[in-house]
Amino acid sequence: MTQITSPHAHSALSTADVMRQVLLATIPGVFALTLYFGWGNLINILWASLTALACEAMVMKLRGRPVKYYLNDASALVTAVLLGIALPPFAPCWLVVFGSAFAILIVKQLYGGLGYNPFNPAMASYVILLISFPVYMSTWGTPSDLGTLPSFIDTFLWKLSSQTGAVSVIPDGYTMATPLDIVRQNMNGGGLSLSELATQTPQFGHWGGLGWEMVNAGFLFGGVYLMWRRIFTWHAPISMLISLAIMSLIFYDNGSSQSAGSPLFHLFSGATMFAAFFILTDPVSSAVSNRGRMIFGALIGVIIFIVRRWGNYPDAAAFAVLLLNFAAPFIDHYTQPRTYGHKGGDA
Amino acid sequence: MSEIPVTQIDTGTHTQLDVANRKVWPLPGGVHPPENKAQSLQHPIKPMSLPAQLVFPLSQHIGAPALACVNVGDQVLRGQVIAQAKGFVSVPVHASSSGTVVAIEERPIAHASGLHGMCIVVEPDGQHESIEFSPIADYTQCSAEELLDTIRNAGIAGMGGAGFPSAVKLNAKQPIDTLIINATECEPYITADDALIRERSSDVLLGIQILKHIVQPSQEVLIGIEDNKPEAIAQLRAQCTEHDQIHVVVFPTKYPSGGEKQLIKILTGREVPSGGLPADIGIVCQNIGTCEAIKKAVVDGEPLTSRVTTVTGETVSPQNYDIALGTPVSHALAESDYQAQGNQPVIMGGPMMGFALANLDIPVVKTTNCILAPSVTERPPNDIAQACIRCGMCAEACPVSLLPQQLYWFSRSQNNTQLEKHNLFDCIECGACSYSCPSHIPLVQYYRSSKAEIRAEKADQEKSEKAKQRFELRQERLEREEREKEERRKARKEAALKAKASPSKQDVISDAIARTQAKKNNVAQADKSAPAAADSAKALDPAAAAIERAKQKRAEPATEQSPEDTLKTQIATLEKRIAKANDKMAALETSDSTKIDALKSGLALQQQKLDDAKAQLAAISSNAVDSASAPATDEPMDAAQAAIARAQQARAEAGNLSDDEKRAQQLTSIDKRLSAQQAKYDELLSSDPDKAELIKASLDKLQAKKAALLEASS
Amino acid sequence: MLEFIQANWFVAALLALVLLALVFGALLGFAAIRFKVDGNPVVDQINTILPQTQCGQCGYPGCKPYATAIAEQDEAINRCPPGGETTIQALAELLDKEVVPLDAEGVEDAGVKKYALIREDECIGCTKCIQACPVDAILGSAKHMHTVITSECTGCDLCVEPCPVDCIDMLQYPTTLTNWSWELPKDPQLIITDLGRGTESAINSSNQGDAA
Repeated sequence: MTQITSPHAHSALSTADVMRQVLLATIPGVFALTLYFGWGNLINILWASLTALACEAMVMKLRGRPVKYYLNDASALVTAVLLGIALPPFAPCWLVVFGSAFAILIVKQLYGGLGYNPFNPAMASYVILLISFPVYMSTWGTPSDLGTLPSFIDTFLWKLSSQTGAVSVIPDGYTMATPLDIVRQNMNGGGLSLSELATQTPQFGHWGGLGWEMVNAGFLFGGVYLMWRRIFTWHAPISMLISLAIMSLIFYDNGSSQSAGSPLFHLFSGATMFAAFFILTDPVSSAVSNRGRMIFGALIGVIIFIVRRWGNYPDAAAFAVLLLNFAAPFIDHYTQPRTYGHKGGDA
Repeated sequence: MSEIPVTQIDTGTHTQLDVANRKVWPLPGGVHPPENKAQSLQHPIKPMSLPAQLVFPLSQHIGAPALACVNVGDQVLRGQVIAQAKGFVSVPVHASSSGTVVAIEERPIAHASGLHGMCIVVEPDGQHESIEFSPIADYTQCSAEELLDTIRNAGIAGMGGAGFPSAVKLNAKQPIDTLIINATECEPYITADDALIRERSSDVLLGIQILKHIVQPSQEVLIGIEDNKPEAIAQLRAQCTEHDQIHVVVFPTKYPSGGEKQLIKILTGREVPSGGLPADIGIVCQNIGTCEAIKKAVVDGEPLTSRVTTVTGETVSPQNYDIALGTPVSHALAESDYQAQGNQPVIMGGPMMGFALANLDIPVVKTTNCILAPSVTERPPNDIAQACIRCGMCAEACPVSLLPQQLYWFSRSQNNTQLEKHNLFDCIECGACSYSCPSHIPLVQYYRSSKAEIRAEKADQEKSEKAKQRFELRQERLEREEREKEERRKARKEAALKAKASPSKQDVISDAIARTQAKKNNVAQADKSAPAAADSAKALDPAAAAIERAKQKRAEPATEQSPEDTLKTQIATLEKRIAKANDKMAALETSDSTKIDALKSGLALQQQKLDDAKAQLAAISSNAVDSASAPATDEPMDAAQAAIARAQQARAEAGNLSDDEKRAQQLTSIDKRLSAQQAKYDELLSSDPDKAELIKASLDKLQAKKAALLEASS
Repeated sequence: MLEFIQANWFVAALLALVLLALVFGALLGFAAIRFKVDGNPVVDQINTILPQTQCGQCGYPGCKPYATAIAEQDEAINRCPPGGETTIQALAELLDKEVVPLDAEGVEDAGVKKYALIREDECIGCTKCIQACPVDAILGSAKHMHTVITSECTGCDLCVEPCPVDCIDMLQYPTTLTNWSWELPKDPQLIITDLGRGTESAINSSNQGDAA
């Protein structure tokens, strides 16, 4: 006889609900992405989702588990959507498929499936792709304000026809350096002050990159929604944003030619908000206590800035998150909250 | 946990002294499950009818079960003690109505395990006749001890659900500064305390006054109550105006504010140390229902025979009842129009911490504050637990700031060390973590199971430590016994040897030898060697000598016989006895196995005696017949013994020789010895002059002997 | 000083090394004396893990000898049936060895705690069980009834064999209100090995028969 244990009441929330809420919260950001950078990311999400679900189903079948039951928790879908958002819009579709399969098969299921993976599947897969296929991984599109976006069909076909090893088939004019790239190049010999850069380069918007600031605002909006719904606590994302802001303020250098960009520029460029609210908050691979999550987030913020300022890659959220995934058990060990009736600690 | 004072939420029902501004401390974690309290508060408390049978478990409290003091067939009255407290942490059980004891037997009792326990079953006669109560007219004139006795004898144990004997709890050794009355009632559905306060607030307050008189808190009395009971708060405040130092403290509703430790934190900001008691920080906590029971016990003299219990859920018509203890749950449900739904469990206690009843005949006991009969929609069957995604919602909900998800992983891997390190034992099992877990993992069950396992492991360790000690002590004892036996054996052996050497025994032997020699007309030599033997025997242990004397005495009657003969007869009798015993044993083997052992041990003793005798005989005969080999084989023999042996040998040999031959032999032997001694003397003269001196003496003696011999032969 | 080092750097380095060696040698020597451990601490550690039933089922006359054998003769750690899996795991962790299955031929319910009970009206008072009990947990004298002190009984089984009238039973502890406990919930993950072990209902209830 199975024992009936207390409590006999349960909150209405389920894991699948949590996942669905996360998916829901990505909508504003994805909308902004599509608006400014075309259909590419939506197509990414589509391919990634199909692959992820297929891989998940296959693994479940192989492991002799009820397939539909486990697909219902939507965790594979979340991984796929996050990867689809992170990959550049003109990434060839085989890249997306490969990345998604890698994320599900290797990073997630090989470690034991949901709840057991030490690394964030989307980010681990992203890093693998970035290291293996750097050219395809930098095919960010021209924001819609600076040119016309290719149609859905064109984008779909371009992505489909791109072959391994071949040079990108995306016609010139549709891709462009991101603002983060421009600032980095400028730092390494451009010689322009930030204000000059902003006026002379079309990619800059009000606070961050053109289009990017709206994308970041969209993810910020989604993140605030999730916090309001108490899907995750504020600790990891907010401390990451604060530490990134502080780091960029320290090295702001008054917008000189050596400046790495203003805090606002950093907060609203690249994958900052996306990483803060959708990647750091992946509970499986982050630290567990609130204090631990603050440290986790803050260190990610610092590493992101370090890589942006001195590193070789334009953006670094993925690297930072992976590094801190390594450190999470260590952080957990030292941030056990003070239990009621115990001395010491200050949780 | 920063101690930020949070302004108390004023319900606005009453403006009251300092109470309105009293600060409360926030409780970390906690959850807000749907309250579902309104349903059972629609009607006033209703007395419940008597059932066909009342069942009184002997263990309704924490501590030793009570001892039944009635017999089957006895007539009992309401309020009569039917089971007496056993030990200090225990309370008596009273009959809740008049009737006949029909059984004292194992029945299913109110316990999560569904196990059975000893119960007294009373069939009420419907008269509901009470014993004569002896009320205390003025409790202020009574000492705390008297009142505690009254409370204890009234069978009062914590009525909030824990069931700890109230008198024990109130009898704190530590100085108490604050008495806390727990009127929180934070679990959903339950309204027993709320209803009690609404309808009997003056009784409750009187109970609190009595408690205050007993505990004598140096500072104040705090009544903690959640802000979802405005009517009860108003009642309490209205009552409190006249009483000094009794404050009603209202705080925001949150589960589990009503946990004792949690309430203390909320009201005082103090924390009960881990593993400690509230009394350790000068606080005593009592449930408000207990206060009413105490009032009844003291002012009315009436023991605890009934309580207010909420019967609620969608399958009954919710209602608070004044219910006689011992009433089966099935009766209470029937009275509330229970419509069973499938195999939905009925829960005793609230939805957060209550347990599913395995059997509806389980009776209402002192701790039963709620009977919850939920519908399928209210309590859907447990979902299959999904994988933990470490979302941390459990940690957010935990009122004691544990990391439930970590505990879960450790519990699954049975990593008990880590569990203890992560303070598993501070878990109050409130269920807030399980409630909030989106993966529907039965976290509390994991913790309960692991706690039990760790406790069992500790007990095992303690037991194995004890077993080890006992084993080692036993080993030590066995070794000691073995050693002592060995020593005794050695002593016996030595004694036997010494006996041969000692003058007394030697006399016997030499007598025997002398007698044989006398037959051959040779006496002179024997007399000569005797003094030498006597001399050497002086050096022996006086104790051994005493033993030998005793032995000699025993041997004396047999002196007519040679010692060999004595021994031989002894052996013969022993052998006979053993044979007899063996026969007897064989006979007994079939009939009476109990006696065999005694016989066997007797046999062993005989055998040993026999062996000893044989050994003695062998020793004597070898000495007598072939004593030449004695010095060679018996190394531990000292010089004196060697000398005796040699003398004996000489005598034995002399017996077979003519005088001249003997003398010649003696001469040669003396010569030999002389030369040996001389060599030794020369050798020692340079190294050890003292010893040399001794040898010189014996050398002189030998030379004198030689001279005498030469003289005799000439 | 500095000049000396600069001029004779080789000698200086040698001297420094020798000095260091001396200092650390002295430190080690001091530590060896100051923190000397008597006996073999591993034996004691192993001994505390062993259940102290003193049953001898491992082939050694008691737990301590077995502990010594594990520590000093590299004896296998899976020879303690009363300890069962838990003991093997604890030993494996302590000694950094592989967890191996219990080596217990003919022992069916290894790891289950038991106690001895003498059927007292059948006891003839032969004292044989008393002599056999390694922890002196049996009371009685010759020709008088014997009884086991249950709280001291380690369940070692050693008294059963010598009894001439077979009046000793090994019993499992019954579940009572004091030792009852919640069982550890089943692993929430449905895995392939669960199939056919009573979890079909769980799988079916999620409307999925495909894997079952």
